[in-house]
Amino acid sequence: MKRPIRLVTALGLIAALGACSDDGTEKQAAAPIEEATTVVLATTAAPAPTEPAVAAPSKIVSLSAAATEMLFAIGAGPQVLAVDSTSNFPADAPITDLSGFEPNVEAIAATGADLVVLSDDMNNVVAGLTALKIPVMQTPAAVTLDDTFAQIEQLGAATGHIAQAAELVKNMQTEIDEIVAEARSAAPATPLSFYHELDPTYYSATSTTFIGQIYKAFGLVNIADAASTDDDFGYPQLSAEYIVTADPDLIFLADVKCCQANAAAVGTRDGWAGLQAVTGGGVIELDDDIASRWGPRVVDQYRAVAAALAKLPVG
Amino acid sequence: MRATATAARTTRATVIATVALVAAVVAALSIGPARLPVWAVMRELLDRLPLVNLDSGLSVNQVATIWDLRFPRVVLGLLVGAVLSGSGAAYQGAFRNPLADPYLLGVAAGAGLGATIALVAGAATNNGGVLTPVPLAAFGGAMSSVALTYLAGGVGRQRTATGLLLAGVAVSSFLTAAQTYVLQRNTQVLRTVYSWILGRLTVVGWTDVGIVLPYAVASAVVLLIMARSLDVLAVGDEEAGALGIRVKRVRAIVIVAASLGTAAAVAVSGLIGFVGLIVPHTVRLMVGGSYRRIIPLSQIGGAAFLVAADLLARTVISPAELPIGVITAIVGGPFFLLVMRTRRENFA
Repeated sequence: MKRPIRLVTALGLIAALGACSDDGTEKQAAAPIEEATTVVLATTAAPAPTEPAVAAPSKIVSLSAAATEMLFAIGAGPQVLAVDSTSNFPADAPITDLSGFEPNVEAIAATGADLVVLSDDMNNVVAGLTALKIPVMQTPAAVTLDDTFAQIEQLGAATGHIAQAAELVKNMQTEIDEIVAEARSAAPATPLSFYHELDPTYYSATSTTFIGQIYKAFGLVNIADAASTDDDFGYPQLSAEYIVTADPDLIFLADVKCCQANAAAVGTRDGWAGLQAVTGGGVIELDDDIASRWGPRVVDQYRAVAAALAKLPVG
Repeated sequence: MRATATAARTTRATVIATVALVAAVVAALSIGPARLPVWAVMRELLDRLPLVNLDSGLSVNQVATIWDLRFPRVVLGLLVGAVLSGSGAAYQGAFRNPLADPYLLGVAAGAGLGATIALVAGAATNNGGVLTPVPLAAFGGAMSSVALTYLAGGVGRQRTATGLLLAGVAVSSFLTAAQTYVLQRNTQVLRTVYSWILGRLTVVGWTDVGIVLPYAVASAVVLLIMARSLDVLAVGDEEAGALGIRVKRVRAIVIVAASLGTAAAVAVSGLIGFVGLIVPHTVRLMVGGSYRRIIPLSQIGGAAFLVAADLLARTVISPAELPIGVITAIVGGPFFLLVMRTRRENFA
C-alpha cells in the first residue's frame, strides 16, 4: 500500500505555474494543471507566472459525485455553488438539476461558476466551457487508490486547501492500511472467493478495476477475473450458471439502492439456495454510492469488506 | 405436380426445423460454463421421467444448474422465439409488408417506457423468483402503445394497413422520446434499462416462464387459426372482402393476438430484435408464401433460432455473457440485407 508522493507532484505543478499564495502556507490555484495520468485541468485563462496569486475559486460547480465528496472532505464545501443531480453526499451539498451525464454548457455558465469540476467530457462540454473561459478540472474515474489521492490533492491545490487535502490523504491511507492489516491477520489460510454484483443482470468487476483492487488488498479471489475478456474493460457480464458453479464464499451486492437487491432475495434466486455465500451468511449489502465512487468514502468500502470477513466463521 | 413439389418442400422444411429445434434444445441443456458432462445431464433429465431411476452423480448445485438455470432459460427461449417469429410472420401477412416485425405497432417502445418507469420508481428486476413490477409494467406499456396505435391509425373512420403502419411509427417515436426523457432525468437506472433493452434471458427463471406461457399459447393458437384468412388477405383488401373475408376483423384479431404474445415475450426477455424478420423470411424462401405453412414453421424455427442464439450468447465469451440481442442483430443484420437482395421485387 505504498503510495507515490503525489502531493509533491501537485505542489511542483502549482509552483511551476506561479500560483502560490503570499504567505506560502495555503497555496491557491485557479491555474491550469496537467497531469497525463489522472487529472486534467483545461482553461484558456492561465495567469502569467509573474502575476500575483489569484484568488481560490468561490463558485465551484461539481458535475461529479466523487469530486463533490472530495471537495467537501477537504473543506472546500463553502466554495461549492452547485452540484449535479447525482451528488447526493454530503447532505448539505447544493444539489441541482445540472447533469454530468448530459451537461448543458449554457446552464452551467449561467450559474456564474469560476471552476467546473467534472469526470467525463460528455458532449464536448470541456470545449464549450473553455470557449467561455470557464476553468475546468477533469477528474476521471480513478483506476487505483493513488488516482484518488492525486485527485484529492490536486483539488486541494485548485481550491486553496492543500493542507486539508494532504491531511485527508494521510488519514485515508493510514486507516486503509490498518483496516487491511487487521483483516489479513485474521484471514483463513485458504483465500476466500467472492462475487461483486453491479446490477441484477450479473455484471461484475474484475481485480483490475478500482473496486476490484479493494477486494484484492484483502487477498480475496474474484470469480469475475476468469470471465473477463479484452473487450469488457474489467466489467464482464457473468451468467447465473457461472456464479453457481464458482460457488463463491462471499457475495457483495452493489445494486441495493439502484435495483432493490437484498441478501434475503439472493437466496431465493433460482438455483442459488445452495451457494456457500447464501448458506454461510456471506451475502453482503453494500452502499451502491460508496461502492461506485472513488472519493474519500472509499475508506468505508474497506470497512464494509473487513466487516464482512469478520462476520464469517473462521476456518 | 406443383402441389406435390410444395408438399415435399414443406415436409423437408418441417423436418429441418424440427431437427434444428431438438438439436438446439439438447445442446443448450448440455453446454454451459458449468462444463457438466453431457451424459450426466442426460441421466439427470431422464431421471425425472416416470418409472425411470438414474443417478446422475451430480452435486446439488450442479442439479440446480440444470433444472433452475438452464432449463427455464431454454423453455423461455423456445416460447419467446416462437412468439416473436410467429408474430412477425403474422404482422407481415396482416400488413402485406415484408418489413413488418413484431415491434411494428409500438410494442417495443411501449414496453421500454413501461419498464423504465417501473425501474425509476424503484422496482427490482431480479427478486429471487418473485414476480416484480418490471415485466408487468413492460406488458402494460406494450399493450397500451398498441391500443394507442390502433386508435391513432383509425382517424376518420378509416383503418387501413398504411394508416396503422404510420401510426405505429409515430407512436413508437413518441414513446421512445418519452423513455429517453425519463432516462435523462434518472441516469441511475441507465445501466439497468440498457441491459433490459439488449435482452435479458440471463436472469430468467420459472416465474418468467409462467408469465409468458399462457399468452404464448393463446397467441400461437389464434395465429394458426387465422393463417388461412391471412392467405386470402394477401390478394388485397377489396379482393379479400369480395371473397367473404371480413378484412378489418381479421386484421384486428391477428394484431391483437400477435401483440399480446409479443408484449408478454418482451416483458420478460427485453427487446430481442430481428427474430421476427429472419425466421419468417427464411421459412418463406423454403416453403413459399402460404401463411398456413409460414406461421407454424416460423414458430418452430423461431424457437430453435432463439435457443441457439442464446446458447451462442452464453458460450462465445464464456464464462462471460453477451446480450442475446447482440447475437440476433449480428446474424440478423447481414441476413436481412441478403433477403432484401433476393426479394428485391417486394421492396420496390
